[in-house]
Amino acid sequence: MLVAAYIGLTSEPLELGALIAHVRTNACGAIVTFLGVARETSAGDERPVDGLSYEAYATTALPEMQKIAEEAEARFGPIGIALVHRTGALALGEASIAIAVAAPHRGPAFDACEYAIDEVKKRVDVWKREHYTDGATSWRANA
Amino acid sequence: MDVRVIAFARVRELVGFGERVIDVTAGATPASVWASLETAAGELVGLRASTRFAVNGALVAGDAALADGDELALLPPVGGG
Repeated sequence: MLVAAYIGLTSEPLELGALIAHVRTNACGAIVTFLGVARETSAGDERPVDGLSYEAYATTALPEMQKIAEEAEARFGPIGIALVHRTGALALGEASIAIAVAAPHRGPAFDACEYAIDEVKKRVDVWKREHYTDGATSWRANA
Repeated sequence: MDVRVIAFARVRELVGFGERVIDVTAGATPASVWASLETAAGELVGLRASTRFAVNGALVAGDAALADGDELALLPPVGGG
């Protein structure tokens, strides 16, 4: 089995290479990765963003991320999956979340990666504050 | 009895703490703790419907019984990813 899950929250910059190293095996023919990146604008808001900050409740966030990884495995496995969310202050262009999925073929790897990011955005106890160039800030929930 | 209350994001800013041990009466629930916080921070009223409660890491209803030493987390709508 390829199954492996590497789950984490970190205040350090995310490195895809480290995630890939956690999931790659000789049984996988595909590795799909995803980075969510701090962007200079927010949907439906014209104010320029100059940074983001994230906070998380590890007590519930980590088990929920593990559950999402297990669901992805149940739906699309065998896969290996690594899923890490950043916390603290991020400059524009920095990654807020990194996901790597390894699978025997590319289809399940793409599907599992998309499933993981979609479910994280709905379910994991992480909160985002946008910091605008005028000094204002706003907490932004996912739609 | 003592309950450790943990608050996040906008809720944290309104209550004025991220973590605080609060002395509550026997029979207290997440909803009653929230109501007491509302008296000090009126803007919380509008956030009640969208805020979830977790006790010791498990989501609970507002009328769940709290016990001495519990950790009650106030969880606004998520924004990660």
